[in-house]
Amino acid sequence: MNALTRDWLLSDSPASRRQAAWGRRYRLWLQFRGHGLAMAGLCVIVFVVFVSALAPLLAMQDPGAQDLAARLAPPSAAHWLGTDELGRDLYSRLVYGGRITLGMVLAVVVLVAPFGLAVGCVAGYAGGVADKVLMRVTDIFLAFPRLVLALAFVAAMKPGVESAVFAIALTAWPPYARLARAETLTFRNTDFVAAVRLTGASASRIVLRHIAPLCVSSMIVRVTLDMSSIVLTAAGLGFLGMGAQPPSPEWGAMIASARRFMLDEWWVPAIPGLAIFVVSLAFNLLGDGLRDVLDPKQS
Amino acid sequence: MRASLRALAGAVVTVPITLLGLALVTFLIGRVMPIDPVLAILGDRAPEDVVARTRIEMGLDRPLPVQFFRYITQLLHGNLGNSVMTSHPVTEDIAHFFPATIELATAAMLIAMLIGIPLGVFAAVRQGSRLDNVVRVFCLTGQSVPVFVLAMLSLLVFYAKLGWAPGTGRADVVFQDMVPEVTGFLTVDTLLAGDWDSFRDAVAHLAQPAGVLAWFSIAYIARMTRAFMLDALSGEYIITARAKGLSAARIIWRHAFGNIAVRLVTVLALTYAGLLEGAVITETVFSWPGLGQYLTVSLLNADMNAVLGATLVVGLVYVVLNLLADMIYRMLDPRVR
Repeated sequence: MNALTRDWLLSDSPASRRQAAWGRRYRLWLQFRGHGLAMAGLCVIVFVVFVSALAPLLAMQDPGAQDLAARLAPPSAAHWLGTDELGRDLYSRLVYGGRITLGMVLAVVVLVAPFGLAVGCVAGYAGGVADKVLMRVTDIFLAFPRLVLALAFVAAMKPGVESAVFAIALTAWPPYARLARAETLTFRNTDFVAAVRLTGASASRIVLRHIAPLCVSSMIVRVTLDMSSIVLTAAGLGFLGMGAQPPSPEWGAMIASARRFMLDEWWVPAIPGLAIFVVSLAFNLLGDGLRDVLDPKQS
Repeated sequence: MRASLRALAGAVVTVPITLLGLALVTFLIGRVMPIDPVLAILGDRAPEDVVARTRIEMGLDRPLPVQFFRYITQLLHGNLGNSVMTSHPVTEDIAHFFPATIELATAAMLIAMLIGIPLGVFAAVRQGSRLDNVVRVFCLTGQSVPVFVLAMLSLLVFYAKLGWAPGTGRADVVFQDMVPEVTGFLTVDTLLAGDWDSFRDAVAHLAQPAGVLAWFSIAYIARMTRAFMLDALSGEYIITARAKGLSAARIIWRHAFGNIAVRLVTVLALTYAGLLEGAVITETVFSWPGLGQYLTVSLLNADMNAVLGATLVVGLVYVVLNLLADMIYRMLDPRVR
């Protein structure tokens, strides 16, 4: 970045809204860059996203291709991470598995965050009966342990990636609603909201244009920290046979089918296990760093 | 005291509503399933008139609200239906399997408390030191490892390679069904029977799954303890205590820790509830015959009565533990009164 852009971004007296907004973002980025661990988390996630996106180019063979002559082979030049019980290349399966895991995480977040934000903002701004009813419903969903409710839900539908996504979403939205409501309550009686109301803005406009955007930064922190637990729940469902179904190269399902070989060919379950751990840890590190930057009062 | 009574009264109103909501959720989940509950019982080769008759007997021809009312009435009578798999009433099955889960969760809780609390306290006292960083990294890894991976790793290392731990299950074959079942907690039952060999075997089998399960709670407890302690140690009364020349140990344990103990109780209650959830997967890996394993086996057999019954019971325990945490907090902390 050249010095001119830098000065423009860091200017103390921005000339336009755009300059001020970008300046703020740049300052946050500078602050974030100072967190070694958080940057490491970000790098890992960017790496996994790239690998998943380019899976067809990076994989050495089709993740479903079997070679029964080379069953449970240890890592070698032909199979970088060895093969599983059907002679499938573990490296290729791992690379394709990243797509499933990231896809599930993304799908859950897209379903959950806007929904939780909407419920929380409406409950917080409307107050009264609407608030009571919405929060009671939220409490009911919070009363179930996440994995158990997800399991019951998947069992009622058909085990598979789509049901797993819906089940995790069903159990993941309440904390977002709680958080958005708490934030909304702090903004509801502020002067700027009163001023907007005086100018004749409707309730929906106030919530959509003035309150919801202010909740976004704490939502981002929460989403990032939550992604690690979504990864773990998705893998847990896969492991119990309730998520992605074999022969899909989902990491949890891979571990479940490799469980029998744990004592002798330990690397077969260990490799996807390590992958889950690394991705989940990366999301945790990133979330921690983001929290320090975006939401200093929380940490 | 009056405020805590008022809180109790509030709970008397809200808890039943939450429980009713729990029942509604399990009821609705039971209704969306694509498996026909009548065919699940009779098998798909049953004659049509029998199917139709059973459908009416089960009340499945009635409107949903009526069915829900029936469901609630049955719940209040402690009737969760029969398990297709074990052909026992689900209530009986749960009563049989739940003690093993409670034993596992309690053991895990004790381990987690004994390690997590001191870890958190020391990390807070030496904030920024190497120990603090080690604890921080440990907490993050604790939150990031899937339970089943840790459980399998532990079996590989401590059972297969080192031979320190016995295998899966609750007791060795030779010790199975040796002592009469009194409480359902094998460690307690063997003690009551005075059978020391069985007791040692039960403890040895308990140690590994409990340790694995505890790992996750250690991380959580240590993190919360550290945060609370940092908060407490920055109080002015700590400076006063230091100025008075009190020993470091007395300041840390008597003055700072004494102040956070109440908040920790809440954390511990929530941890215990979380352990019930972690037990589902831990039990599956260690073949531990508890509610978690019952739940997963029922899942794989599409035994919906058992699945929903177990889900409801876990939800119930969760709500009660949350309520207890809240009550204890209100009763012990004078600032909330």
